[in-house]
Amino acid sequence: MNASTNVQQLLDNQDYQILNLGPTHPATHGIFQNVLKMDGEIILDAESTVGYIHRAFEKIAERRPFYQIATLTDRMNYCSSPINNMGWHMTVEKLIGCEVPKRAEYLRVIIMELARITDHIVCDTVIAVDTGAMTGFLYLYQWREFIYEIYEEVCGARLTTNIGRIGGMERDFTPKAWDKLNHFLKEFPKGLKEFDTLVTRNRIFMDRVIGTGSISAERALNYGFTGPNLRAAGVDYDVRVMNPYSSYQDFEFDIPLGTSGDTYDRYMVRMEEMWQSLRIIEQAVKNMPDGAFHADLPEFYHPPKEKVYSEMEALIYHFKIVMGETEVPVGDVYHAVEGGNGELGFFLKSDGGRSPYRLHFRRPCFIYYQAYAEMIKGGMLSDAILVLSSMNVIAGELDA
Amino acid sequence: MHSNIVHPNLKYLTPAIEELRSKIDAKLKQRFGEGYLSSTIDYDFPVFFVDRDIAIDVLEFLYYDSEFEFTFLTTMCVTHYPDKDNEEFEVMYQLHNMPNNWRIRIKTALSKESLKIRTATTLFRTANWMERQEFDFYGVQFEGHPNLKRILNMDEMNYFPMRKEYPLEDARREDKDNSFFGR
Repeated sequence: MNASTNVQQLLDNQDYQILNLGPTHPATHGIFQNVLKMDGEIILDAESTVGYIHRAFEKIAERRPFYQIATLTDRMNYCSSPINNMGWHMTVEKLIGCEVPKRAEYLRVIIMELARITDHIVCDTVIAVDTGAMTGFLYLYQWREFIYEIYEEVCGARLTTNIGRIGGMERDFTPKAWDKLNHFLKEFPKGLKEFDTLVTRNRIFMDRVIGTGSISAERALNYGFTGPNLRAAGVDYDVRVMNPYSSYQDFEFDIPLGTSGDTYDRYMVRMEEMWQSLRIIEQAVKNMPDGAFHADLPEFYHPPKEKVYSEMEALIYHFKIVMGETEVPVGDVYHAVEGGNGELGFFLKSDGGRSPYRLHFRRPCFIYYQAYAEMIKGGMLSDAILVLSSMNVIAGELDA
Repeated sequence: MHSNIVHPNLKYLTPAIEELRSKIDAKLKQRFGEGYLSSTIDYDFPVFFVDRDIAIDVLEFLYYDSEFEFTFLTTMCVTHYPDKDNEEFEVMYQLHNMPNNWRIRIKTALSKESLKIRTATTLFRTANWMERQEFDFYGVQFEGHPNLKRILNMDEMNYFPMRKEYPLEDARREDKDNSFFGR
């Protein structure tokens, strides 16, 4: 459908309806309010309202020691919280100039790619649900659940993981975690293939998603798109390749690209990224180096609990870390990771004190959600729901 | 136990970053003269300090200049320094040239008496919500912004919560009776 002519025709002598889509609409998967100007089923104009779950993380972070901020980052993109955690740890590591052992970096890569898979599972299955395909969702969500079990083996938590520490991981993977990971690597491809067969070439699904909510590469860049949404529009920008962190340069993987930036391309890019994430995990498991799982970083990395009770030095460092008495260099650090939804950046301004002087999160959702109103104009209401789920806007990250 | 911390600035300084800094430094000096103040390198970022009046002109120059083409605004944010006289607010823009993977930071200082700067939305659509957010937090007026109103906080709020005069509770305070808080 040609959106612009359609709107122009409809704008002439018509009565319009104002529709509040949200804030708590069952189809929007989160707290999003959009005030739509409607003509029947066609959206003529839209305005997005955000901030319903704003929790002032940037302000709270100004009072917290560095290691306590990891729990704030969990709650931004809660579909892939390990990536946020790792991004934060790496930002602090960059600030203090710490080298992380290879093994810790590989363990982090495994966790981050698992998180990317969960994020993409949520997005792609929900696109399918919004087109009416419930079955694929139910089947593939089991694997999201299984990844949460792997997290549980590694860190004890499922959703808000607080995984990893400044300087490495909090513990090595347990044998049980390796078992689960190997089971996942063996069985998940079948599940993903099954989902692919069910949904991707389904005629009804294709009719619903092809050509809706498209955005050109130029416009997407001007709107600050990053991540799968930008790649769906045809720009091969991926932080893992452009600014490799955590040993991503050691792995071989492809960056899938779309062409038209529509809902189908966003879906397809995410599907392919799951396969690529699997490739990365397989390589990391195969080439897993031996060695320590954390850096020798006593001023930031908590000593083992038994040592705290028996060794003077460990007790001192434990106290210093918990009380946030460790000195850090002065300076501005920006570190970005490829989050589930794009470039997740941490701008950390340190004045040498116990907590950041200023911490700014570059939240990809917040930045690209501005384009939503423009992308749905001229389309149908039911397509607007699909565009929202295909952009994978996560309320926690949007409002921070 | 010994620490393996090295001085961070030495670690991240590469010849390519220094070259980029000096190239842009020369260009900005030639183009803006007095208004361009200084440059430095903070970790892996070349940072350029410019006068508040020309900040957006610098962004525009770097956007259209055929050599640099910084056409992607990664992020921007404001910081409050209540003790810096006449320079209480610092605005930071982070630009990215994706094909060459150059990242730079532009900084400018605003005084609390005249807390305003031209909007960057004329160049980047993405600056729209970023500026609204910083207005919401710090009260910086972005002149020419199409829709400058609060975004994350409620419209009725009559203060700017990220300013340093609104401290959160100090975690180390001693005058609080912990028994009231279940500790």
